[in-house]
Amino acid sequence: MTEGHIILKNVHKEFQRKDNDPTIALDDVSLTIKKGEFISLLGPSGCGKSTLLNIVAGLEKESSGSLLVNNKPIKGPGNDRIVVFQESGLFPWMSVLDNVMYGLLLKKVPKEEAKVRAMDWLQKVHLGKFAQSMPHELSGGMKQRVAIARALVTDPEILLMDEPFAALDEQTRMVLHKELEKLWRETGKTIIFVTHNIREAVVLSDRIVLMKTRPGGIKNIFPVQAARPRKSSDSILIHLENRILTELEQEMEKVLKEELGSDYALKTDHLRVDPNNNMGSDI
Amino acid sequence: MWPPLIIPNDPGGVTVIKTLVNGLISGQLLEATGSSLIRLFIGFVVAVIIGLVLGFLIYKYKIIDDTLGFFVTSLQAIPNIVWMPLAILWFGLGVGSVIFIVILGAALSITITSSTAFKSVPPLLIRVASTMGSSGFHLFRTVIFKSTIPQQIAGLRLAWALAWRAVLAGELLGGSGGLGTLLDLGRSIQAMDLIFSIMIIIGVIGSFIDNFIFVRIERYVLRKWGIQTTH
Repeated sequence: MTEGHIILKNVHKEFQRKDNDPTIALDDVSLTIKKGEFISLLGPSGCGKSTLLNIVAGLEKESSGSLLVNNKPIKGPGNDRIVVFQESGLFPWMSVLDNVMYGLLLKKVPKEEAKVRAMDWLQKVHLGKFAQSMPHELSGGMKQRVAIARALVTDPEILLMDEPFAALDEQTRMVLHKELEKLWRETGKTIIFVTHNIREAVVLSDRIVLMKTRPGGIKNIFPVQAARPRKSSDSILIHLENRILTELEQEMEKVLKEELGSDYALKTDHLRVDPNNNMGSDI
Repeated sequence: MWPPLIIPNDPGGVTVIKTLVNGLISGQLLEATGSSLIRLFIGFVVAVIIGLVLGFLIYKYKIIDDTLGFFVTSLQAIPNIVWMPLAILWFGLGVGSVIFIVILGAALSITITSSTAFKSVPPLLIRVASTMGSSGFHLFRTVIFKSTIPQQIAGLRLAWALAWRAVLAGELLGGSGGLGTLLDLGRSIQAMDLIFSIMIIIGVIGSFIDNFIFVRIERYVLRKWGIQTTH
């Protein structure tokens, strides 16, 4: 039996687009994630990181290859792998407390107990006073904290986060990083965290899976060997960020070339202008 | 052309207000109003049930969407009143034909609005609920249906207006009692004051139910959901 909480083996995923060749979202991805690990999937758009997360979540099915959770294949979405999305997805017709209780009531937890546990988690994310507020009364950061409480209150083994802080401002994000790290250390959950933000990945993760694009897949895996709690000014982290950035730039160059043609070169950071004003697109 | 509203043309003559008040006091207008409202209510309730069930089926099963859905939108294009001759042939000149076209008009409308509502639930909410372990009827009951409530209310409001028109049209043509028949009576005895009195009642009821019931419900829901933050 292989040791690992989540094991992906030769996972391949393609999407069929009309008339074109199929887009390969994930090309031969193999990854073993240990219990209690905090893994980031980092990469530019199109690298398949969200697709990979969706496959682990059960929202999408791999085209070929295998995915094992606790050494068993999954049967679609389930409450052992709860997802926190970029938009909190709070149910607008329910109060904050009812939103957090949703998963518990679904598991047939008695209402009184569910209420206590939900309030407990709202306190943990510092939103105890907002239990009776409606979602539209909260800021983006607050909504995400409720989403995190809603996910963790049912005690899933695995927490999947799809760019959960991407829509938030820098300050809120810094606060939420600290909160998330604290919650993770207290609960010991396995977390898969999708982001395009290098700093965020470096500050939060045990390992960073750098993804590549066109075709999507894994480019490199970086273990983060820095003590916790992390300080983003730590020299180990800065060094790691630079290493990752160099490799990431290669991927970004690929994306830009495909989108803008040969008009833009990342390294020289400006438009190359041909003496004949031919920018390569032959206009 | 116009009947005198308050002050009669000749002393002791008719005015709209006098007819209206007399009609109310004598109970004739109240009885007719009551008849119309009961038919409207019965027809509407049945239409809501049929409409929601059909709307759900169209949303859930593509086959039904392709067949029944198309059928429903085509039938909806036929004005309610056009069904009346057929309804009379089927159900006679009584209450049956009136309730039939009320149900027909309102149910078709609710089917369309509710199926569209179910189909437009934000996929994010469905994904959130399914990763938490919800599926099947639980998912429908707790997420899909609940999230369509503002649209359903708008749909019900629309269907109510159609039903109200259907009742009056049916009574007007079918002579089965109620306000519509009384209106036709006013025409046949050339009593413009009666006609105007009835039109006033119809207008008052229609706008009362719309403004005080549906609009209030809509506002409450929209405010609770945070879509509209006034009043």
